[in-house]
Amino acid sequence: MKSFEFFEPTTLAEASRMFTQEHAQLLAGGTDLIIGMKAYTETPQAVISLQKIPGLAGIATDADNGITIGAMTKAREVELSEDIQQHHTALAEGAAEIGSIQIRNLATIGGNIAHASPAADTVAGLLVADAQVDIASAGGERTVPIEALFTGPGQTVLAPGEIITAFRLPRATAGSHYIKHKIREVMDLAFIGVAAAVDMDDATITDARIGLAAVAPTPIRAIEAENLLKGNSLSDVLLAEAGEAAAAACSPISDLRCSAEHRRQMVDVLTRRTVQEAVARA
Amino acid sequence: MAKHPVSLTVNGDEHDLLIEPRKTLLAVLRDTIGLTGTKEGCSTGDCGACTVIVEGKAVTSCMVLGVTAAGKEITTIEGLASDGALHPVQRAFIETGGYQCGFCTPGFIIAAKALLDENPARTEEEFRHALGGNICRCTGYTKILEAVMQAAEEIRTTA
Ligand code: FES
Ligand code: FES
Repeated sequence: MKSFEFFEPTTLAEASRMFTQEHAQLLAGGTDLIIGMKAYTETPQAVISLQKIPGLAGIATDADNGITIGAMTKAREVELSEDIQQHHTALAEGAAEIGSIQIRNLATIGGNIAHASPAADTVAGLLVADAQVDIASAGGERTVPIEALFTGPGQTVLAPGEIITAFRLPRATAGSHYIKHKIREVMDLAFIGVAAAVDMDDATITDARIGLAAVAPTPIRAIEAENLLKGNSLSDVLLAEAGEAAAAACSPISDLRCSAEHRRQMVDVLTRRTVQEAVARA
Repeated sequence: MAKHPVSLTVNGDEHDLLIEPRKTLLAVLRDTIGLTGTKEGCSTGDCGACTVIVEGKAVTSCMVLGVTAAGKEITTIEGLASDGALHPVQRAFIETGGYQCGFCTPGFIIAAKALLDENPARTEEEFRHALGGNICRCTGYTKILEAVMQAAEEIRTTA
């Protein structure tokens, strides 16, 4: 690892100002950054730890079951939160898929998202929860919907000095589910990740959201598939149509994990499975 | 680069150190403090050999900067026995033969201890899954799981 200056600011404004310097990196849980520094793919001159800034960690539920998750909240806490398990099951399931327990005790949800890997395990769950991303900088604050955060692999709309502070999940979803397509039971990266969330009125799907990870340069929503589901009740025909529409929405690559064709087919299959399970849970 | 003054508590002992920011907690424990029970396998978070407990949570110490552990309480394999009596997990590893070369053992024991502190009433399947971040290249895991199940049973019945 190359040498660097280490800073531990205690306010966001201070952290943001430091982060506007060139060759500065934010340190959250460290599970991506430190590995990158060891591999010399990251060679920051300044590392700015966020752990001393108060108010960035923790999960709060409001009266309408809206949930705010601080960016520095550990993946393990997201996984074990009863409110998230109940109201945003897909997100709890996604958090539980990151690395090992030892890694989830370090890794933060903010780091998982800011790293902007299209395969991040929490991203599909945040997409189907309609998460709003709160961002702060020395210049002020703004909020961006999660699907508008990413611009490419490893790329976001975050400007120099901007720091993700929290994820707001505006309302509870009736049923949701996340499936990670992988080889190893734990400690694997997603070949693809599919999340579905539904709201129901008796047997009718009143709202549906489908989030796809690792099948396009950025995580995406499968809007056409969602529209097919809305206003209808579940049937094999409907599921097949939704699966096909979701597969059509993605633009996967072939890599050492699997081929684009396999990814596309699995999006079809796993969309059907996640929607079916989300409806069963609603 | 400037070294940082860092005070941390390891196995109940306070250490006041001057450390370079790029030193991992694993390096601080092994090289600066001299506690070499914690092992370095992969150094990339994949093998669990470097597992220590920080503020009650098991973490891979190869992915933690030593400077960020300032003010924290850390438990390593050297700190598990109390008054010369081995921790139930340590004893169970010896009794079942849950190790061969022993390189992965401190990591497994610490990870298992954290799991048992959290909830000893897990099924074997649940322990197997929860220990998925620890790799052993010798035993085939059967005896390791036996050891963990034996310790869990002991902790449940004496609690
Ligand atoms: S040495 Fe830390 S996980 Fe392998
Ligand atoms: S006993 Fe040799 S690696 Fe586990």
